[in-house]
Amino acid sequence: MVEGYPLLSVLTFLPLLGVVALLLMSSAQAVRYTALLFTLLEFVLSIPLLTDFDKATHRFQFVEAYQWIPSLNIHYKMGVDGISVLFILLTTLLSVLSVTVSWRAIVQKVKEFYAMILLMETAMIGIFCAMDLFLFYIFWEAMLIPMFLLIGIWGSSNRVYAAVKFVLFTLAGSVLMLIGVIALYFQGGKTFDIQQLSLMRYPIEFQYWLFFAFFAAFAVKVPMFPVHTWLPDAHTEAPTAGSVILAGVLLKIGAYGFLRFSLPMCPDATRELMLPMQVLSVVAIIYGAFVTLMQTDFKRLIAYSSVSHMGFVTLGIFSLNQQGLEGGLLQMINHGIVTGAIFLCIGMIYERTHTRQIEDYGGLGRAAPVYVFFYTLFSLAAIGFPGTNSFIGEFLVLSGAFKSNYAVAIPAIFGILLGTGYMVWLYYRVVLRDINPAIKGHLQEIGGREILTLIPLLLLVFYIGLQPAVPLSFVQVSIKHLLLQMDGVALMGLR
Amino acid sequence: MDTSALIPEMTFGALIILYFSIGLFIKGRYLLTAMALGSCMITVSFLITAPYGQVFGGAFVADPLSQSFKFVFHVCLALSLLISLRYGIIKDGQFFEYVLLMMLATLAMMLVASSRDLIPLFLSIELMALCSYLLTGLARDDLRSNEAGLKYYLLGTLASITLLIGISALYLVTGTTDIKAIGEFLRAQSGAPNPYEYLGIIAVLIALSFKAGAVPFHQWSPDVYEGAPTTVTAFMSVGPKAASLSALGAVLYGAFGGDPEVWVNTLIFIAVATMAIGNILALRQDNLKRLLAYSSIAHVGYMMLGLLAPSQEGLSAIVLYMLIYAFMNIGAFAVVLSIQEGEGINAYRGLASTNPFMALCMLILLFSLAGIPPFAGFIAKFRVFMAAIHAGYTVVALLGILFSVLSAYYYLRIVVKMYFDTTELPHSLVPINLNIATATAVLAVCLLGIGPSLLI
Repeated sequence: MVEGYPLLSVLTFLPLLGVVALLLMSSAQAVRYTALLFTLLEFVLSIPLLTDFDKATHRFQFVEAYQWIPSLNIHYKMGVDGISVLFILLTTLLSVLSVTVSWRAIVQKVKEFYAMILLMETAMIGIFCAMDLFLFYIFWEAMLIPMFLLIGIWGSSNRVYAAVKFVLFTLAGSVLMLIGVIALYFQGGKTFDIQQLSLMRYPIEFQYWLFFAFFAAFAVKVPMFPVHTWLPDAHTEAPTAGSVILAGVLLKIGAYGFLRFSLPMCPDATRELMLPMQVLSVVAIIYGAFVTLMQTDFKRLIAYSSVSHMGFVTLGIFSLNQQGLEGGLLQMINHGIVTGAIFLCIGMIYERTHTRQIEDYGGLGRAAPVYVFFYTLFSLAAIGFPGTNSFIGEFLVLSGAFKSNYAVAIPAIFGILLGTGYMVWLYYRVVLRDINPAIKGHLQEIGGREILTLIPLLLLVFYIGLQPAVPLSFVQVSIKHLLLQMDGVALMGLR
Repeated sequence: MDTSALIPEMTFGALIILYFSIGLFIKGRYLLTAMALGSCMITVSFLITAPYGQVFGGAFVADPLSQSFKFVFHVCLALSLLISLRYGIIKDGQFFEYVLLMMLATLAMMLVASSRDLIPLFLSIELMALCSYLLTGLARDDLRSNEAGLKYYLLGTLASITLLIGISALYLVTGTTDIKAIGEFLRAQSGAPNPYEYLGIIAVLIALSFKAGAVPFHQWSPDVYEGAPTTVTAFMSVGPKAASLSALGAVLYGAFGGDPEVWVNTLIFIAVATMAIGNILALRQDNLKRLLAYSSIAHVGYMMLGLLAPSQEGLSAIVLYMLIYAFMNIGAFAVVLSIQEGEGINAYRGLASTNPFMALCMLILLFSLAGIPPFAGFIAKFRVFMAAIHAGYTVVALLGILFSVLSAYYYLRIVVKMYFDTTELPHSLVPINLNIATATAVLAVCLLGIGPSLLI
């Protein structure tokens, strides 16, 4: 790699260039190929992040820093560390798949649709790269606009309600964060630099205050119980690509926020509030699983299962030990892969049958065996079957939770049981049983494009499941450092 | 006496006289507009180059802040002129006086921004207000416009009387009308404030809040904004508000800065009430002019948060806000003008299909008004909230931000109509001047959003 080549900026703004290119296109097919080209190029360009990443240090890498708004000491500063690097790869991969899965599903306003996907990609990568709080906030909020339009224009029947609800929930959460950001600026010595702000030890009252301000934003995004109610609507009404991006990346941003801001900047408050956070996580796991069991809508069911799965992520994070945090982080990636894949599967079948009611399905196993091959393996991964990626993640989360607190870890295990319940029951209703005559004519096998869309995720499911040490090796040092930093040990070492 | 600080005002005044004497014989709208825009540009160039300083013993001050306010006024004038070019409600025969009134109002606003003595301040506010009354009632055969003009005039006079009472009371206490001298007197004074001092401060605060359209003195503005010709509404929702806020800022810091406890709670009340009422009443408006009127009330509320900060930081946040707001709001009005029956929210159904360009522009302007980055409206709000938090009014800032979430709802309603509704209404051709005005506004909103350091 050429020294000083601004890889992160290229990754962030290449999709924006793609938007400009799209605007010059006229035919829908050209638009599709251009979008595919740009997302593929983006994915290829993001691979050096893995190969050139130095796993031995917690320091930020690929750093770029320029003055942006000097009068407020705002910088354009980008960088990645072990906590963020994998998410960028996840984003670039899922963006490619979002383009391919929408190939035939989107026939109206094709150009605008792919422009929105690319805009989302810019915002998401920007979020994971930003090392300046102001910059982070800009990307964080900017994400709302394309997502709002994605749900609202290309969504299904109840899309307007879902889109508006999504924006208002997220906005309400993030404005509280804005107050926190400004207060942090004055408290932390008039800077927005995330690294510098993390070095400070703030007074405990301020830490509490800041924790709640950030919590409002991140909890809505994750989403944690009880502010999860936007999620089922948004996921269900969004077009397939929108659901994949929502489940795959957007939900992770909330949890990423906890790791990047809440833990290092309010360590004492986080420790004090550990138990309430763990309880909220377990409530999300159990409650989410029960609500999932009751769903009659295929897509809504998976949407609710995300609430339960993200409960594991936050449980891991708020165990505040090495296993828990590693597990939480890995589980974020896993959930992005597995739930993203299941949403892709749902999108493919919905494209054929135009129904999401579970009752309308049945006998897919006989009608579309290749499709069911993929769906089965992804379902197993969602359950956390040994050999798949979620098994490792959930195992680490639970061992972290047991180390931290038995009382919350034991109920969490029931969450896994319930998870197996709803996935297997769903599998029975959709794949087994008799074929519903009403949709029989529509059940065609998936084609080459769709198989190619699913294969990368399937490979990842087993690769992470069998070689968990590889992804974990990226995050270990950064997490160790984060924990030391919370204990106040690392302060000297950093300077 | 060195009068070089007065150069921009004198130039603009001379240009107005020139316009007045030549324009009388000109019928063409294009030529008249070109003359006015030319005057605008010449004045702005003088504004940038003219030295700072004081004239008339400190009664007229040109400092960076007042010059930036004047720049905002000229941006507002230029954009308003641009969108008026083919506006049918203003008849060809009236166009000459319409432009003249706008220019005069702008001159008055420039004087307001620089006045540091209560008498010239009062006089220039009155000149500004008189021009606004006339502009509001300019559509002579439209009953709503007549009603609005009369209403505005009657209530505006009441506010002027209040302002005069305040000034008299302050004169009674301090024996001067010079803002700086009043400030020094009040600072030097020991013991509890004199009741007349209270009366003076509160009366001035109320009168200027009225002119800025702040709650609870806002009742006139929705009616006036709805009744006035749309271009006038666009002009008045920015210029006179900015001028009133600049006057408020000058008075609060220059004269009453010594004992903020007398007025700060009143100001907080006014600011919070303004944000609350403006946003809540805008929620269910189906008339876009009225919606934008209420939203402009709400925006004044945000700007007033900048007045809470005891520093230049707050005032410069207000100027930046006003500049960005000028682009956002007049841009939005340009879109309203470009749509047939554009006042009703249902006229925007399916706009994304019939006129994608205008729909995209409106989308950007509305998201900017809602304060969502990366557009400039976010930077504007960010600076104001930052100033308020810096001054220690975190809870007030929090309320402001929550109301701004509320505002996202009514802005999004329009986006929903434009983008999510698939009704196709007949497409109408948009005049080129409105396209230019909208594009300028959108460009400014984007550029200032990404690179606010161009200005601050």
